[in-house]
Amino acid sequence: MAQRGIREYDAKRLLARILPEYLKDFSYRGSLALVEPETDLEELEAREPWMKTSRLVVKPDQLFGKRGKHGLVLLDATWPEAEKFLKENMGAEVTIGTVTGRLTHFLIEPFAPHEEEFYAAISSDSDGDNIFFSQQGGVYVEENWDKVLRWHVDVLAGIQGLDIKSDLPESLGEKRSAIDMFLRALWRFYSETGFSYLEINPFTFHRGSIVPLDMVAKLDDAEEYWQKKRWAGLSFPEPFGRSLSKEELFIKDIDSKTGASLKLTILNPEGRVWTMVAGGGASVIYADTICDLGFAGEMANYGEYSGDPNTEETYYYTRTILDLMTRKKDPRGKVLLIGGAIANFTDVAKTFKGVVMALEEYQEKLQEAGVKIYVRRGGPNYEQGLKLMRSLGDRLGVPIEVYGPETHMTRIVPLALGGGSA
Amino acid sequence: MSRASKENYVLFDRSTKAFVYGFQTNAIQRMLDFDYICHRDSPSIAAIINPSRAGIHKAFWGSKEIILPMFRTISLAAKAYPEADVMVNFASHRSAFDTSMEALAEESIRVVAIIAEGVPERQARILGATARSKGKIVIGPATVGGMTAGAFRIGNTAGTIENIIASKLYRPGCVGFVSKSGGMLNEAFNIISRNSDGIYEGVAIGGDRYPGSTMLDHIMRYEENPAIKMIACLGELGGEDEYRIIRALQQGKITKPLVAWVTGTCSPFLPASVQFGHAGAKADTEKETAQAKNQAFRDAGAYVPSSFDGYGDEVRKVYEMLLASGAVAKFEEPEVPRIPADYSKALASGDIRKPTTFICTISDDSGDEVLYAGKRLSAVLQDRMGIGGVIGLLWFKRQLPDYAAKFIELVLQIVADHGPAVSGAHNAIVASCAGKDLISSLCSGLLTIGPRFGGAIDDAAREFKHAREAGLSPEQFVADMKKKGINIPGIGHKIKSTKNPDKRVQQLISFARANFPSTDLLNYALQVEQLTTAKKGNLILNVDGCIGILFLDLMTSCGAFKKEEIDEVVKLGYLNGLFALGRSIGLIGHILDQKRLGSRLYRHPTEDIAYMMPSEEETSCSRTA
Repeated sequence: MAQRGIREYDAKRLLARILPEYLKDFSYRGSLALVEPETDLEELEAREPWMKTSRLVVKPDQLFGKRGKHGLVLLDATWPEAEKFLKENMGAEVTIGTVTGRLTHFLIEPFAPHEEEFYAAISSDSDGDNIFFSQQGGVYVEENWDKVLRWHVDVLAGIQGLDIKSDLPESLGEKRSAIDMFLRALWRFYSETGFSYLEINPFTFHRGSIVPLDMVAKLDDAEEYWQKKRWAGLSFPEPFGRSLSKEELFIKDIDSKTGASLKLTILNPEGRVWTMVAGGGASVIYADTICDLGFAGEMANYGEYSGDPNTEETYYYTRTILDLMTRKKDPRGKVLLIGGAIANFTDVAKTFKGVVMALEEYQEKLQEAGVKIYVRRGGPNYEQGLKLMRSLGDRLGVPIEVYGPETHMTRIVPLALGGGSA
Repeated sequence: MSRASKENYVLFDRSTKAFVYGFQTNAIQRMLDFDYICHRDSPSIAAIINPSRAGIHKAFWGSKEIILPMFRTISLAAKAYPEADVMVNFASHRSAFDTSMEALAEESIRVVAIIAEGVPERQARILGATARSKGKIVIGPATVGGMTAGAFRIGNTAGTIENIIASKLYRPGCVGFVSKSGGMLNEAFNIISRNSDGIYEGVAIGGDRYPGSTMLDHIMRYEENPAIKMIACLGELGGEDEYRIIRALQQGKITKPLVAWVTGTCSPFLPASVQFGHAGAKADTEKETAQAKNQAFRDAGAYVPSSFDGYGDEVRKVYEMLLASGAVAKFEEPEVPRIPADYSKALASGDIRKPTTFICTISDDSGDEVLYAGKRLSAVLQDRMGIGGVIGLLWFKRQLPDYAAKFIELVLQIVADHGPAVSGAHNAIVASCAGKDLISSLCSGLLTIGPRFGGAIDDAAREFKHAREAGLSPEQFVADMKKKGINIPGIGHKIKSTKNPDKRVQQLISFARANFPSTDLLNYALQVEQLTTAKKGNLILNVDGCIGILFLDLMTSCGAFKKEEIDEVVKLGYLNGLFALGRSIGLIGHILDQKRLGSRLYRHPTEDIAYMMPSEEETSCSRTA
């Protein structure tokens, strides 16, 4: 569970659909279309008749910013121009900052000619939320950060007693009142729709009403249970440049169906150092130690399992990792670190039973790939769990070293990577 | 409230009483076991709050058992136990917020520990702010909790009793510890106990972005508590919580030595998009990286190792400094307490043994799938063994040949019902009309089955088998029975006769002739029938007799049974079981029929009873004198 970015397309649709509940004269209709690699443009054109009658904006919608600076935004275009732009850019490889990825999703919306660009954003901290507003929005907001107004909304007190209007500059004229109402409504929308970050930069006025031109939003995915209705049809895309592999999707799917936690990120499938660590805290420390010892480039995966997963779940988790790590051979061999802290309530014997089942299944492949296994774990039934592992080593024909709570948690890392003895 | 006597920096002491929200029997027992080995005077759990059931819960206190009260609501529990000021909340992420808010609204509850993972950030922030506004403390969400050594543990904190003993958590040391990670709490207890005199108190605030209380909140309590001499903390990349501690260090608000480490130094080597296990563990700015935080701790005067591996050494360095300066004194270790092993655990480990009370040889539900006589239920279904096949497995422990299974099913169909007037159905109907439930009415019907009703199958099988084995000719058998004055069981019918043959018997015989390898005993019985029907037309081989006799033929000829096994089947009354099982179908039908019809209480008409009272003379005791 964490804060997750959503597409501008979804953010604007939410705004168009829900903000009117808080702001009566919000007339933004949210004419939007999302183009994916498999979208049939003719069909889309038939479904969204405004595309042929309006001037259009087309831009990538993949959770990265500064699209204008990268020349990826088509402005004030006709539908044939937009089609051409889409055909040229769909699937194109681009580098944003340090991340390279393919363009796969584009947002199409009507072009709104404008002169004024305002900035509005809401973020959260432990005591409440911060509302930001600036008259100098758009690309200039960062260099004019000192002109940004900020109000803090206490998490318990809410927005009732907060005076926004008198802080807004007089120069806004009749828009002053409209912006006050908009920011208040926006905060209520933010706090009741599960947002953890929201930025509209810029927004403008078109025929007297507010139009969002560019939007960035993050949701707290733990709200899903409460937001089922409002979030219907919404997706959480992976960050730009990162598409999940089949194996990562498989683990993600298991994770979504259990009370336990199972996470897997593949960093370098050719890497020699594979980890299977129990616990969100311990897994980070194992990764730290691997990097400290200079093996960052060899680290194949990051992941963790915790919350007392059952035998079947640890079996599938282990099998996925073993499958990945035995696909390619490395003349130097590979290591698998089955690590973890001293568990509070996770049954070590039970979780290891699933691990052992998978190891047995991959016996031959593990031998062929020259895998060495290092185990360190403590907690309920750990003696039994470690015994299971030791006896496995004897019959598997794969070297397994097994340690308990008497050995420092990360000791197996230097043991496995060379650089110390037990 | 009892708080008046406690300092604000004390969360838990040896008299702390808590509520456990959620019927978490393992965690409850772990808390009590901890209390027991700490030699507490009384259990730390005042009551359990279980929204689905009020009543009591029985748990161990050492080797004895005690009763814990159980309430449906927090307010009822708080009214009954105003001295309890802690609630350990095991509610799911869906109800953690509402229940925790409810607890915070109770004046007597001061600390709420929230275990659930996945509590939304807004809810967590409201919980934290509400607690702060009331001078209360929320630990969590998404944590195992925390503990005060020798005094109180939250739920599963510190794991097993063996681990608690290994890390000497049954008595206080001088180190106050706080971490984000609940999983690392136990590891830290282990490290700290190996490098100092151990933990005084340890709390895991949880890995979420907005924990109800922060690491600094707990560190400031440790700073105030004179029993704590040094502080250790384990932070994580992401968020700014650590900078609040660093600011307090710089401002001189933390005077006790502080050992600190921030995990996540690997993040600069990984792609920016990796989400670590904890929701809050993501560095959005350079300042939030582990490297920056560790350096800031170092600059502010904390004791910071060069990697997590050195954490214990740093703790040892500070502890030895305190020892040398006399700030802490060595103390004599109290006796290591003992807790009786749980029976199930000891059994699993092979440390104890006990003769079993029961033996079962027909089915086994101890694996992941139930076995019928060793055969997986899924295989039974896949092989389409049917009711006959299942009876073969569960009664005879055999995979019977197909025709045998079919024969059993034929028998069951034949005996399923015989109208409402016979004893069993009549009794069942009367019971049903009296308003009794299905099972009671069924029992009422079944209880009539015996020597006179439906019980002839076994008897017929026994007598015919006996005669055949004794080598009696049909004539000798009939004569022998007559001499003993016994009606031959399985022979005779109220209505049916040679002229009006019983169709059921004909069905059975033709099936057996077509399928059984041999029908030796049947042939014998038919010879007997010829003799008896010659005397009287209704002395035919009846359906009970036919079933019993054919069953013996089946067992003898199918080759699956030894002679002793066949003897046993007859001796133990297997065959009446067939009747009881089959007839239950009809009995249930009659019972449901009456219920559907809404039948009223049955009373037998008095004119149908001959009332014949004994005379006064006959009942008088002096009569025989």
